[in-house]
Parts: sequence; structure tokens; C-alpha cells
Amino acid sequence: MKKFNYSRVIWGILPVAVFLLLWEVLVRLDLIPGNFFFPSFSEVIRQFYRLTVSGILLENFLKSLIRVLIGFTAGSIAGLLVGVLMGWNQLMHRSFQPILSLLYPIPALGWLPILMLWLGIGEILPIAIIFICSFFPVLYNTLTGIRGVDKNLIKVAQTLGAGRMRLLATVVLPLALPNIFTGLRLEAGMAWRVIIAAEMVAIPTGIGALMMKAESLLRMDIIIVCLMVLAVMCFSFERLFIYLERKFTGKWRI
Amino acid sequence: MPSIELKNISNFVCRDINLKVENRELLVLLGPIGAGKTTLLNIIAGLIDYEGSVLFDGAKVDSTPAHERKVGYLFQNLLLFPHLNVESNIAYGLIARKVPPEERRKRIKQLLGFLGLESISHRYPANLSGGEKQRVALARALAPSPNIMLLDEPFSNLDYKTNKYLRMEIRRIQKELKITTIYVTHDQLEAEEMADRIAVIHEGGLEQVGLAEEIFFNPRSEAVSDFIGKPNILQCDSYRILGGGLVEVGCGGVSIVVPHHGNQVKKIAIFPKDIYVSVDAPPGPDLNRFRAVITDIITSGSLIKLKLELGENTLTSELPRDIFESLGLKSGMEVFLILKFRWIRVC
Repeated sequence: MKKFNYSRVIWGILPVAVFLLLWEVLVRLDLIPGNFFFPSFSEVIRQFYRLTVSGILLENFLKSLIRVLIGFTAGSIAGLLVGVLMGWNQLMHRSFQPILSLLYPIPALGWLPILMLWLGIGEILPIAIIFICSFFPVLYNTLTGIRGVDKNLIKVAQTLGAGRMRLLATVVLPLALPNIFTGLRLEAGMAWRVIIAAEMVAIPTGIGALMMKAESLLRMDIIIVCLMVLAVMCFSFERLFIYLERKFTGKWRI
Repeated sequence: MPSIELKNISNFVCRDINLKVENRELLVLLGPIGAGKTTLLNIIAGLIDYEGSVLFDGAKVDSTPAHERKVGYLFQNLLLFPHLNVESNIAYGLIARKVPPEERRKRIKQLLGFLGLESISHRYPANLSGGEKQRVALARALAPSPNIMLLDEPFSNLDYKTNKYLRMEIRRIQKELKITTIYVTHDQLEAEEMADRIAVIHEGGLEQVGLAEEIFFNPRSEAVSDFIGKPNILQCDSYRILGGGLVEVGCGGVSIVVPHHGNQVKKIAIFPKDIYVSVDAPPGPDLNRFRAVITDIITSGSLIKLKLELGENTLTSELPRDIFESLGLKSGMEVFLILKFRWIRVC
């Protein structure tokens, strides 16, 4: 049976608790200059409760969550498929690699002005941004993973009777999984960062938009509540993919 | 099981190779590192491009892709699938060749037992020792009951004892299952122990094919002679069985004790590295110890070659430069020789 690691849990929680305590004490003792713009931690928690009870936070959070889920899922699936095609087919690789090399370095938010003109400001715009944000990195990591598989293992599978499709499904893809998961893990957090930025700039609903409204009303407590939701979501999404990666590849990776 | 025939095989490494491996035969492909041994196996398995023809049982297989050639290939590196456990590694070829589940389970169980892998069947390759990995790789290659086995220096990374044990296992399995086999090695002793016949390959060309005695006693080219270490070949004019697996032979006025395998000894081969040279009389029984005269000293890189007059024979011995210098050897000097009788080859 796996032993519960108390020390790890304590060291995970303790620094955060100390930070929050310091925050609370420093604000209450008026030790931060201009603390009009710096609410105490307890004030932020009170605001969190008010926003939750009123439904404002949940409504905006769900809008952001649905955008991230649709955009990230669609972008990852598309990235995975194109990555597999490019990694497994030399002609596809030669044809699309130069285009990928040019498009991959463009940050997702760089596409925002073009997409605003093409798609207009609506529900499809943030989903398209998240799609792009997820598509290229997942594609790139899948491609790298597939092309990095030891060619000799492919030869072994061939001599054992595996045709191209079986090879792909039973050797190449499983061995590319660690790379694919790295792409998914990084982009799961990135999707949240990008959606907040997109909502702040161009979309009137969602957590990002709520932050911008709070900024115009000088409501620092609401802004911090939104930032905390963002931090928790980035962290949770990344941890989910770390868990999935361990589940699918942990048994055989050293 | 089929014979393997190679006709005018050439590619970026191999040069016009013609070779026939008979049905059920174990042919050892012997040659130095970089000679083209692995390339030739890859050609037979259909893994790389080539010109010429490969025939299995007289039928051309050049247009048959690798996954349909039904060749078992044991690679030199430990190429187990890291994401599959021992059992799944062995099952891979059976699933790929669509063996029914019931038969598959029986075959896996049989191979796990045969190679002593039952207790580790659920382990992943990362948690296996070198010897275990090799046995799993062997089981995986044998699982789909291949018609042909290709073994590429499969045990070269293992210690001598495990290497020898697994080689003997391979020989036993090959004879039992009657699989036509090509075994690649650069080790002469390994080749001699394993082979029905030996094919010597050098710089992509086939230099000589024959029985071990033919290779060692009648090397057909300078390349073969060089590779096997330019043995001193002595003609034997008399022969007396001593018992205990030994025989005393007379070669050019000198009596030498050599291993006896039951047949009359006509020639013996002594490798230059297997002749000890000493200035003082060596201790121990007076067996294969002789006085000889140095007639010539040849420097060859870090090695020194001595030409020695022993009875009516001229032998070549070689020793490292530092030992040569410490002994203070000179041309015309009388020295003592010890011939390591276990390393003398007989024909």
C-alpha cells in the first residue's frame, strides 16, 4: 500500500498559508501604503462568497469554462490528427512542415485582430482563439513524439508482422504519448491564460470581462477573486493532465 | 522450413553477395565490425532497399514487405517494446499475425515456461536484467513460429557465462524446431561453437563460405586470414592417442599435445596470440613447452611479431610492445615457447 506522504502535503500547504496570513496581517495593520487598492484576504473571501451567492461569478466562470473546454478539446483533437498525419506520412510532413514552422511561433492572441474581423465579436471568437492556442502546440508535440520513436522498434514490429496501421496504433502512438501529454499539459493551463486575455480585450462575458468591469469600478477585491479562480483552474487542468500522463505512461517509464 | 538464397545482392554496403543457406542449417555470418553483417540481415528481413534477389525456398520475396516475410529477427540492441510488459511483448507477433486467442495464450505460456520467464511475465522491460531482456527478446522472436531466424550478435552485451548458456539454448532450440538460421557474430570462437557452416564477410563482400575447419585451415583470401588472426598451420606426420581427450601429434620434428575429438589429426592451427614466449625455462609439466630461435622481429603497430624456428617449422608469435621490450628479445636469441593446447585447433 502506498504510504501517505504527510511531509509533502505540509510543504505544499504551509507556504501558501503563511503568505495568506502575512497578507491579512499587513493589510489590517495598515503596513501597505495605499491599501485602498489592496483589500485584505478576508475581504476577498467575503467578496468571493457574495459573488458566488449572487450567481455572477458562476455565470461568468461557466462561460469561460465552456469556451475553454470546446476550444481546447477541438484544438487538441485537430492538432493530434494533423500531428499524426504529418509524423507518419513523409509527403504530408514535407508539405506542411514549412507552413507549421512559420505559424507555430505566432502567439495565440496575435490572431485576435484577424479573427475579430473574420468572425465578428461573438461566442465563436474565444473558442477560435483557444482552438489555435491548443492546435499548434499539440500538433508540434505529437509530430515530435512520433518522429522521435526509435526506428529500430519500428523494424522489430515489422518483422513481427505488424502492418502500417497496427504499427501506428500499437507502437508509434503509445511511445509518442509522453510528448503528446507534455503538449496537452502545457496548453491546458495556457488555454485559461489566453481566454482571460481574450475576454478582457474583446468579449463582454466571462471571467476576463468580469475583471475588466471590476477594474472600471476600482473593485480590487473582485479582480483578485477572478485571479484566484484563474489560478485554481490553470493548476487543476495541469494537474489533471499530469495525472492522466502518469496513468497512461507511468507503468513503463522510469 | 525454407532455404535462404541470396543472388547478386548489392546496396550501399553489400557488394554482389551470393549465398545459399540450406533448409534447417545454422549459418554463422562472421566478420569484423562494420563489415555489412547487419545490413545483410536487414536485406533478408526486407527492412532496407537492395538490388538482386532474395529467395525463400526458391521463391523470390523481393516484393514481399517485411511484415509478411515471416522472419524471426533477434536484434543486437535490447529492442523490447518499453510500453509493453513481458507477456505483451511476446504476444505482439501473435496478435499481429492474428493467432486465435486460445492458441495465443497456450503459445505464450509455453514460451514463458521454456525460457524460464513465468515469474517476470508482468514486469516491464525497464525492470529487467540484461539476461532477462535477451530471453524475452528471444521468446518474442520465436513466438510467431518463424520459418527463418536472424540473430544479430544477440548476446554480445552479456557476461561470458550467460552468453555461452544462451548460445547453447539457441542451438538447442534451432535444432529442435528445425529453423533455418543465420547467426551474426564477430567472435570466431562463438562462430565455431555455433555453426553448421561459416560465411566470412569483409567490407560488404562475401570472402569465404565453408565449414569451420575450412575457414581456419584454408583461408581463401588475405582478408579472411587477417580476420581470423593468421594462424600458424602445421602439417602432422604422426599421431598417437593419449586418452583423456588428448592426442600427441608430430609436426616437423616436434611432438605437440592437442585436443582430440575422435578423428585423425592431419593439421593443427596455432594462433600467434596463443604462443607464450619466455626467456627463462617456464615452470610446470614439460607439455607443449619448447626451445625455439628468434629468426626475425617485425613491428606491427603496438604489436611485435616474432618469427620463431621450431624444429622444421617456422611459427609466428605476437606480443605487445611493452612486454617485448621488458623481455629484451633480440633476433638469433634462443627462447622458450608454451603452446596453449586448449586453443590449438585441429583438422
